Amino acid sequence: MDATHHRPTRSARNYLRFLAHCVAVTFDGGVAYFAWMGVLFTVMLIGLDAFVTQTLGGMGQTAMSDHVSWGIYIANLTYLVGLAAGGVMMVIPAYLYRDHEMHKVVLAGEFLAVASIVMSLGFVVVDLGRPDRFWHIIPGLGRFNWPMSMLTWDVIVLSGYLLINLHLCGYLLYTRHLGVPPRPVVYVPFVLVSIVWAISIHTVTAFLYAGLGGRPFWNTAVLAPRFIASAFVTGPAFIVLTLQVVRRYTVFEMGDGPLRTLTSILRITLLLNLFLLLSELFTEFYTGGHHSLGAQYLYFGAEGKHALVPWIWTAIAFNLIATLLIHVSTVGQHLWRINVGCVLALAGVWIEKGMGLIVPGFVPSTLGEIVEYVPNALEYRVMFGIWALGLLIYTMGARVAVAVYHGHERFAARWQFDDREMVDGRVERSEEGGTQ
Amino acid sequence: MTNTPRRTHLKVLGASLGAAAFAKTVAPLVEWSADMDLDEFMQRHYRELDSNALADVISRHEFSARDEYGADVTIRDVRPTPGVVFGYALNLSICIGCRKCAEACHQENNHDRRSHQSYIRVFEMSAGSIDFHRGNAGYDHPVPAPDKYYMPVQCQQCENPPCVSVCPVEATWSEPDGIVVVDYDWCIGCRYCEAACPYHARRFNWHKPEIPADEVNPNQGLLSNRIRPQGVMEKCTFCLHRTRQGQLPACLEACPTGARVFGNLLDPESDIRWVLANKRVFVLKEELGTRPRFFYFFDV
Repeated sequence: MDATHHRPTRSARNYLRFLAHCVAVTFDGGVAYFAWMGVLFTVMLIGLDAFVTQTLGGMGQTAMSDHVSWGIYIANLTYLVGLAAGGVMMVIPAYLYRDHEMHKVVLAGEFLAVASIVMSLGFVVVDLGRPDRFWHIIPGLGRFNWPMSMLTWDVIVLSGYLLINLHLCGYLLYTRHLGVPPRPVVYVPFVLVSIVWAISIHTVTAFLYAGLGGRPFWNTAVLAPRFIASAFVTGPAFIVLTLQVVRRYTVFEMGDGPLRTLTSILRITLLLNLFLLLSELFTEFYTGGHHSLGAQYLYFGAEGKHALVPWIWTAIAFNLIATLLIHVSTVGQHLWRINVGCVLALAGVWIEKGMGLIVPGFVPSTLGEIVEYVPNALEYRVMFGIWALGLLIYTMGARVAVAVYHGHERFAARWQFDDREMVDGRVERSEEGGTQ
Repeated sequence: MTNTPRRTHLKVLGASLGAAAFAKTVAPLVEWSADMDLDEFMQRHYRELDSNALADVISRHEFSARDEYGADVTIRDVRPTPGVVFGYALNLSICIGCRKCAEACHQENNHDRRSHQSYIRVFEMSAGSIDFHRGNAGYDHPVPAPDKYYMPVQCQQCENPPCVSVCPVEATWSEPDGIVVVDYDWCIGCRYCEAACPYHARRFNWHKPEIPADEVNPNQGLLSNRIRPQGVMEKCTFCLHRTRQGQLPACLEACPTGARVFGNLLDPESDIRWVLANKRVFVLKEELGTRPRFFYFFDV
């Protein structure tokens, strides 16, 4: 009994030690690394300061109003949930199609999911008038209006997705560090669940809006499919760019395979996204009437007010150019064109799934009033702060992954951390039935 | 990249600077939470409070009205009466758009003076159209204007309220007498209900309300017109602190034309039932299935 009792404890302890070392690794790097992290940390603090100001002095310091009661925070939340879901476009080829090269870099997608979900939750918190009452929404502690409120579903799927991806990142890095193959039973079920779960997070986020009968701009069945399509644009686009950054600035070696696969995915999802946009535009403008007033305001302005018009046409231009660029380029020959395409697609979807989605839901208001919303400096400070936090987390993830993948020897040598003896024992023992 | 002493020192310095900057940034937040009473932080949902807890909550709010607004107020928790479901009707033929109702609401419900908040918005509508998009709530001229009619809109106290379904923390609910209320001490301020309401009936406290001490209405209901905290939702409660005690809503009393009719929908002898039986009433956005308890009618 003693023996069986000790094993999981010991492996858990080893795992925790490993995680502690991972954190330590993030405090090690070159000058450029520290400069980058320092900039991110500073921007994060500026954002935090803005958030403190907003919370203490009231949300009235933002540009939001009773007419446009959600703004750039919820816009970013929507976009980031998509980015988190989009990471699954690496997981599917890596695990379902056994793309070996993709498998090697799949962690980039999982870390993207972690960082994006943390940012999403950040944007939820900064949008609350009473963040001090956050515990009211924690199941068991507060009162959780489940299953009626889609926001409770969102809390469940977002935190679940965060946990799944943290587990996958941690476990895959750990086994890599140990130099043992990961045990399928410990991670494959989670991978499969994470694929379905990725779809669910963005579906639920779409349902959050699509379920509101009083807001015709959102009240459309195509909203969830559009969310998914755009998520599968932003996820791969973001990873195409990050993989190249990692390849260029670290010792990590990677071929063009994953970039080719992701580009092929982008070619389809970009078109799909445009197709769904077209379906939406047709329904809105051919039918006309009150249902299309939000779209009318978004694309052409209303009553002489057109704050969003330049934004949305920029988004459409970006998405069209990105689609064109990525279709006429190959990774081997015109990688830079693909990169430009990815940046444009990321920006285009950010507008379209952000401000272009949230604000027209409120303009005109449910009683037909046109009150505009343009985010102010405080909101931008908070927003950049959260993005800096997300990039900080993503960079830390990349830092750890590169260190671990770079080899056990150097990782262990640098951190005077060599537990291979223990580890060998642990690996054998864990075969017997530990689930961790 | 070995860890030379100089490098280590730099790191320690950097980390300390970072930690210090972080501490300084969150200091106001820490101070604020230190000011907050633990009981206040831990306060349960209204419907979980026993009579002792409720008394504590009420006396705390009475104290802070004195402390923060300099006003002596009495807060009561008036419960719904069994056998009563409130309904409201408004005669569009005689409403002149004077906005006396909106002003009465502003005063009765201790609204923020700075934003001149009110639960009622009056729309000036063009004859021949019942389309709000052609209406205008910002009119500023003598009323009634020719070829116009006026449409005051407030909470419709829906039987199937979308705002209640979407609230993630059950901070808003339908009372047995049909009034949709908000627990201001439980609301987290996510404003999902404000997005869900098809009638623009909900308001958010973007700032701490400003009310001079002598203008505070001291007759307050815990779930209605007590001064709301910053960062939470509020809405029309049909003046439940009055109506549950047999009085009429402030907006009705203020109406100079008698356009407003209020009463118990379950009482066949009530005025509201007479209106429903004898006038051709309609509700706003009936197609949404919200089933409002606020009715409109034209006299002719």
